[in-house]
Amino acid sequence: MTSLLQNLIDGLGQGSIYALLALGVAVIFGVMHLLNFAHGELITVSGYAAVAAFGSNLSWWLVAPLIIVVSIVTSLVIERVAFSRVRGASEFTQLLTSFGIHIIVSAVLIMSVGASVKTFAEPPWIFDRIDVGPLSLEKFDLLVIAVTAVTLAATTWLLQRTTFGLSLRAAAADFDTARLMGVDSDRVIRGAFALSGALAGVAGIFWLMRAGNTDPSAGIDPMLKGVLAALIGGLGSLRGAVLGGLALGVAEVLLRSQLPSSVAVLTDAVVFGLIAFLFIFRPQGLITVQHAERV
Amino acid sequence: MLLEVDNLTTQYGSIAALRSVSLTVAEGELIGLIGPNGAGKTTLLNTVAGLLEPATGSVRFKGEDVTGRAPDAMLRAGVALVPEHRRIFVDLTVVENLRIGGVTVPAKEREPLLDEMAELFPVLRDKWTTQAGFLSGGEAQQLAIARALMSRPQLLMMDEPSLGLAPILVDVVFDLIVKLRDQGRTLVVVEQNAARMLEVADRAYVLRSGELVVEGTGAELGARDDLFKTFVAGGDA
Ligand SMILES: Nc1ncnc2c1ncn2[C@@H]1O[C@H](COP(=O)(O)OP(=O)(O)OP(=O)(O)O)[C@@H](O)[C@H]1O
Ligand SMILES: [Mg+2]
Repeated sequence: MTSLLQNLIDGLGQGSIYALLALGVAVIFGVMHLLNFAHGELITVSGYAAVAAFGSNLSWWLVAPLIIVVSIVTSLVIERVAFSRVRGASEFTQLLTSFGIHIIVSAVLIMSVGASVKTFAEPPWIFDRIDVGPLSLEKFDLLVIAVTAVTLAATTWLLQRTTFGLSLRAAAADFDTARLMGVDSDRVIRGAFALSGALAGVAGIFWLMRAGNTDPSAGIDPMLKGVLAALIGGLGSLRGAVLGGLALGVAEVLLRSQLPSSVAVLTDAVVFGLIAFLFIFRPQGLITVQHAERV
Repeated sequence: MLLEVDNLTTQYGSIAALRSVSLTVAEGELIGLIGPNGAGKTTLLNTVAGLLEPATGSVRFKGEDVTGRAPDAMLRAGVALVPEHRRIFVDLTVVENLRIGGVTVPAKEREPLLDEMAELFPVLRDKWTTQAGFLSGGEAQQLAIARALMSRPQLLMMDEPSLGLAPILVDVVFDLIVKLRDQGRTLVVVEQNAARMLEVADRAYVLRSGELVVEGTGAELGARDDLFKTFVAGGDA
């Protein structure tokens, strides 16, 4: 029982990062119907920014906000340079574009800074634990969960209470009609990429803290986790994306701790298998967007 | 002239759904646009609203050439459209739908406009925070019209506002159209219910197979039996 609770909290820590990544994927999908396979590049580029910042002796307290800024800017640049040019093209073209961005970012990094792994120091407290009764919790997990909760609350406020949020939701529901109402499509799309970049930035801080390094293909893993979690949640749904992320994190931690150690290395494979299973029985994901529309 | 459409042709691929259509709308007029299914009425309104790009021809609004402008730019210029099938945002609440309609209006002017809509559409007032997907057909249509009015348009276009409504609600919609005209607003209304439209319209245009066939005052056209035969021939009773 205790170990189950322990695993659950560890899983929520891991899942929080996935949830933020998935939410960024879901925001872009909602507005543009684009499954953004370039989402992980935000973390790759942020990772190199972190390497450079640590090179100038900045501390994690300064690097963390820097990562968010770099992630937002990178997201906006990718939109401007690549996605804005294929807007209105088929969804397949946009999908290929997102793959292309990944390939180009990796290639540019390999040519400019090399293919080798760059390391930086994790914060000294990263493996500290706090004992709460019988539980021994990682400080890191608690921090991730708390920051994610605050980020999600801020995102909810933005979406529910601001004119930008309202425009974004309207555009996600029916882009043409939103434009008819005066919603500026450029502005709402740029806003969606900025939001997605900010969410990836927050996730990126923790991802990079944990990893302690980056390389030109560092974005693949976070991208896969974010896209998968968004798919698990049911692509149109923002709430689903968050739940999908948390579920993915908990499933991973549970499997890793419950499976015999010889199989535990295959956790990723088992998780993918379970997801494939989920899609056989619930191809729409966990949450279905409800439409009460009358014809 | 508030709106001048000149020789407008709009195509879907290589097929022209609108062929060299010209019309004018003066300030304060209520213009009816009638014609059988597939005549190009929706295509015409959508082209003026900026959802479709015309192949040739021009649209002038308040004397300015606005041909090919994006829908949000057209709205800012003063042209609002209540689209075919209403297209309200079913996942948003009634008041959120109205706020989106007023997204181009400065925030502090939006609240008084909401009060105005609550007064003009009493049925909506009671459902302010209801998800719009749960409204009845009549309520949804009124929401669609209120949402378009939130931008304080100088020209309001409506595409079949009475479609699919029970007869008593059709009355409500026509009463509303007349009321809006009496407030001095300029309206272009597409209607299947031609006889009814001609009774209230100042002037009307009849479209058929993408072309304008007749133009005249509501009374003139209402008296012409042959027009109604056109509709029968067009497959619409
Ligand atoms: N998206 C589209 N792609 C291809 N053809 C279209 C499209 N929309 C409409 N059309 C065609 O263009 C012509 C005009 O259609 P439009 O919808 O403008 O007519 P309408 O007068 O509004 O008809 P209704 O009374 O049925 O609403 C029709 O022949 C229709 O089949
Ligand atoms: Mg139509």
